[in-house]
Formats: sequence, structure tokens, C-alpha cells
Amino acid sequence: MRMAELVMGLVMGIFSIYLMWKSAELPIGWIAGEGPGGGAWPFWLAAGMLCSCVAIIFRWAKHITPESQSDSPFMDRRSLKLFLLNAAAITSLIGLFHIVGAYGAIPIFLIFYLRVMGGHSWGLTSAFALSTPVITFLFFEIALQKTLPKGFTEPLFLPIFDFFY
Amino acid sequence: MEILSLLIDGFAIAFEPLNLVLVIVGCAVGLFIGAMPGLGSVNGVAILLPMTFLVPPTGAVIFLAAIYYGAMYGGAISSIMLGIPGASTAVATTFDGRPLALKGLADKALVAAATASFVGGTISVILFTLFAPPLAEVALTFGAPEIFTLMLMAFATFVGLGGDDIPKTLFSICIGLVFGAVGLDIISGEPRLIFGGLPGFFHGINFLVLAIGIYGIAEMLWTIEVSQGEVMISQASVSFKRILANLRELKQTLKTMVMGSFLGYFVGILPAAGATPGSLMAYGLAKTISKDRESFGKGNINGVVAPEAANNAASTGAMLPMLTLGIPGSPTTAILLGGMVIWGLEPGPLLFVEHKEFVWGLIASLYVANLFSLLINIAFIPAFISVLRLPFTILAPIIFILCIVGGFVPTMDMHDVWLMLIFGIVGYLMRKLNYPMAPAVLAIVLGPLAEPALRQSLLISGGSFSIFFTRPFASVISVLALILLLLPVAKILYEKYLK
Repeated sequence: MRMAELVMGLVMGIFSIYLMWKSAELPIGWIAGEGPGGGAWPFWLAAGMLCSCVAIIFRWAKHITPESQSDSPFMDRRSLKLFLLNAAAITSLIGLFHIVGAYGAIPIFLIFYLRVMGGHSWGLTSAFALSTPVITFLFFEIALQKTLPKGFTEPLFLPIFDFFY
Repeated sequence: MEILSLLIDGFAIAFEPLNLVLVIVGCAVGLFIGAMPGLGSVNGVAILLPMTFLVPPTGAVIFLAAIYYGAMYGGAISSIMLGIPGASTAVATTFDGRPLALKGLADKALVAAATASFVGGTISVILFTLFAPPLAEVALTFGAPEIFTLMLMAFATFVGLGGDDIPKTLFSICIGLVFGAVGLDIISGEPRLIFGGLPGFFHGINFLVLAIGIYGIAEMLWTIEVSQGEVMISQASVSFKRILANLRELKQTLKTMVMGSFLGYFVGILPAAGATPGSLMAYGLAKTISKDRESFGKGNINGVVAPEAANNAASTGAMLPMLTLGIPGSPTTAILLGGMVIWGLEPGPLLFVEHKEFVWGLIASLYVANLFSLLINIAFIPAFISVLRLPFTILAPIIFILCIVGGFVPTMDMHDVWLMLIFGIVGYLMRKLNYPMAPAVLAIVLGPLAEPALRQSLLISGGSFSIFFTRPFASVISVLALILLLLPVAKILYEKYLK
């Protein structure tokens, strides 16, 4: 936990410097007749972030915060495994939205999550994997008229839209 | 009399068939979300906000307010039945609610929690009705300097009263404000903070992307990690006869309920304070004034009613500054405020003048939502318990899908979905290190309002910050904000030298 506190403080400190540099692409000083330049607001806020990071690292060095005093691991093996599995599953789900679209990605994600991670029966898994995209489609595309990404499956939906409209 | 007539008009709007359905569905959804461990009103409102584009703005806000209300009721269910607070606002309910359930008195605790929530909700809505119009009238005289100092005070309250690590709170506020500044500069129209030249950043970072990332993805990852242990569900049988018997017994706790309601309401008005500290303070006060302090923590019914009345009252209290001043009193009201902006309703004093039907429809719907939450809560307790038994491996993927679709719908841009995932993962890691996330969400909502107020103020004064100390209202608010900002320093000095 102690090391994680330092790493987070350092990473966020570097990110703050990047934000300051990026903000300075626009004027950060006073412009006559216009007031503060467009970059001033984010620049000084990023400077505030940097100062906070310095304070966090200072407090880490002085063992002030509970995290900087803790010897326990930031994540135990089981937590790390769970985190990586879930993060990878969500990342894949979003990635699949681009390729097979929402209605292809959702069943694949549900089969993986329910069957592989959850160990549920094929009956329950298929019930959720089939019903969720249908409900999502009816709610978003038909009721709300909000189009979700369809990837290469786009042409398959044309007859369905013809039916509804 | 004018308030009464406006309220009657509001009831006519609240009782329109669509709005009534939305209130009932919102209360039921809120109860369910509030009862789910790891999910609270803020998660429900953040995840479901994009789903409200189908209905008119009034209906949408009424629906979300009903979710907010319902979730406050629902939080007690898992606190009592599982021993796991549905949300941080229901933590104090666990102290005595869980021991009561373990003694076989779960029905007593559940009925007490629902009744106290109803009393808290009713008292606070009455206070809200009385205080909102005069406060809005005062706020109508506010200019850019007053608006900026009010926002400064909202952030200062997080620093002074938030109770979290100060540098981490400041970091959270600043990063939220910076993310709120991404996009086109409001004055020059030039692109600002366009990371990697990605076109998705030109339309700015929608507050929902950050809110769903933090309260959807990060919260679920957190819940998955902490819920690895076994959860014991208590049995509860609720019959009409037993409810009546329990209600009769609750007469003795009326004083505690009223005390919790008033305390919760006034704590709820303060930005950053909200329902969690309100409920904890009410629990502490109930224990302090009780003649039977020893029984607290072992199943004292006053330990259930005080925090439950307070958290419901605080949730209404948090709406007062949101509607009248445009300053949200809690993360949930920050998201509601963002939603109102999306629907073209600018929160603030003018709302009471230009959109009277909306404001009074919302206020009336709070009365209705309060009543329906009580009825649905008591009627469906057994059903909620059975849903709570659903394995988390079924609920988690459904919530993840809702988050991703919810992140896509507002802008129809996959860029925002990826950004939401990044916010979710980083938010989860930061939460593990006790970085408070609520200030960041509040900041991304208020940032786009605070920056023009500051720039206009400085333009008026020719670049001098003295403008915040020379106008009557602005100077009072500035001094209050400074006191709040210096409060942690004073506390450190007091503990070091005087204690």
C-alpha cells in the first residue's frame, strides 16, 4: 500500500505537469479587454493539482497518512486476479462494440461472464445472453431511437428496421 | 398563500398519468438500487440518466428524483438484512438494524426504517417548500462574483467538512475542474486540452462519462473486490398485522425521528456534507440524548430511526441549494444538476421564475415519491430480499453493460466509452488509496459554470480579486469559504498546541 501511495502521487504529479504544459498552449496571462487568457483557468488548476501531489508525497515521506504507514499489499493475489479479469472483460466488450457491434458483443460478454467467471448453467447463461440484447435493442433502438454501434453486423439490422418503421 | 397555490399546481403536474407512473417506477427502481450492496442513489441516477431522454424534462427529473428518494429508503434493507450498507448513507442504520435482525426482529427494524424515512422525507419536503422560494428571491440579486464565491464555498466545504485527506480532496477538486475545461474555450472559441489531437475531446468531457466511470465501473470493481466473503441473509416475514403492531410501537420513537429529520435536513443543505454525515450525526445525537445508551449498537430501535429519518431529510435538503442557487449539495444532486443542464433547464433562481411548473411539479412529486416509497418498501420487502439473493456474477455483467451503453448514448461517441473505462479503472485504483471521488464529480459539473463566473468577475474588476470582498453577499460568502478552507489548518494547530 505504501509503495502504491507513492507511485500514484508521482504519476498524478507528472500528469499535472503535462496538463500545465498543455494548458499553456493558450495564453495564460491577462489579455487587455478580454480578461484572463483561455489557458489560465486549467493552468492554475493543474498547478493546484501539482501542489497537492507534492503534499501527498511529503505526507508519504513523513508517514502521516494511513496508506503511507500500511505494509499490507495494495492488492492480494485474488483481488488482482479479479480486477484483471473484470477489466479485461470490460475492455474486450468495448473493443467488440467496434467489430461485431453492441448486439454481438453483449452476448459474448455475458457468456464469458456468466458461464466462465460465474460458473452458471448453460440454460441460465443462454437465457441472459439471448434476452439482454433483444431488450437492449427494443429499448434503445426502437423506443428511444438511439442507435448503438453495430460493426460489420449493420446490414443484418436493415430488415428489422424495415419491419418497425 | 402563493406557495400553496403553486404547490397545488405542482400536484396537478405530479399527478399527470406519465409523471405518476415515472414516480412509482422510479421509487421501485431506487429501492432496488439502494438495497443493492455497493450501489446507492448516485450510482442509480448516474447509470440511468441517459435512459431518460425519452420523456420530457419534467418527467425525467421527477423520475430521477424518485430514484434518489427510493434509494434512500432501500439502503436500509441490505443494512438490516445482510449487514452490508446498501450505500454509505445507510452505514449508521447497520449499527442497530443488523443486531435487531439477528435477534429475529428484522421486520421491526425494516418497518421502523421505512416509517422513519417517511417522516424524515415529509418534514424535509415541507421545509423545502417553505424555504426554497425566499432563498431563490435573494439569489436573483446575485451576479457573477456571488455565483463564483458560492461555488468556491461548495468546494471549500469539501475541504473543511468533508473529513477526507485534504491534499487528496484538493487534487480531486482540481482534476474535476480541469476535466470540465476540456473542449473549446468559452470566450476565444479555441480548442483547449485536446489530448493527442483526438476529435472526441473537442466536445468536452461529458460529466456523465466521469460519473458513470466512477460510480458505475469503479464502484462495481470495488464491490467485486470487497464482496468476496460470505454474506448471511436474515429471514423476514412481513404481514399486515405485524406491520400495524410495529407501527404502534414506533410512537415512542417519534421524538427521535423528528430530531433526525431536522438535523438531516440542515446538514443536507451544506455542500459536501449530505446524507452520510447527516445520518451519522443523527445516530450520535440519538445515542447522546438517550437514557439507555448502553443498548445502542445492540439493537436499539432509536438507532435505526434516527439515521434513517436523517438520511432521507438530507437528500431533500441537498436539493435546496441545487434548485435555488445552482450549487449541488451532494454527488447525486450534482448529477441531477448536470442532467437539468442537458435538458435545457438552467438551475438557479431564474428557474423559479421561468420554469415554475417544472419546479413545483418536482416539489409536489417529492411528496408523492415519499408516500409511494413507503408503500412500495413495505409491500415489496420480501421481493427485494429474494432479488438480493441473486448471485453477484449475474448482476455485475448487467450493470457493466448498462454503464457502457449509458456512457455511449449521451454523445453517441465510442471515444467517451473508452474514456469512461479509463476513469473507471483509475478511479478504482484511486479509491483504494482513499482519494475522495465525489469532489471530482461535483467539480466537473460546476467547472463550466465557475470559469465564466470568475472570468466575468475579473473582467469587471480589471483583474482584481478584491471584487470578491467588496460586494456585500460575495464578501460574506468569500469569508465563509476562507474559514472553511482554513478549518483543517486550525484543527491541526489546535491538536498540536492546545490539546
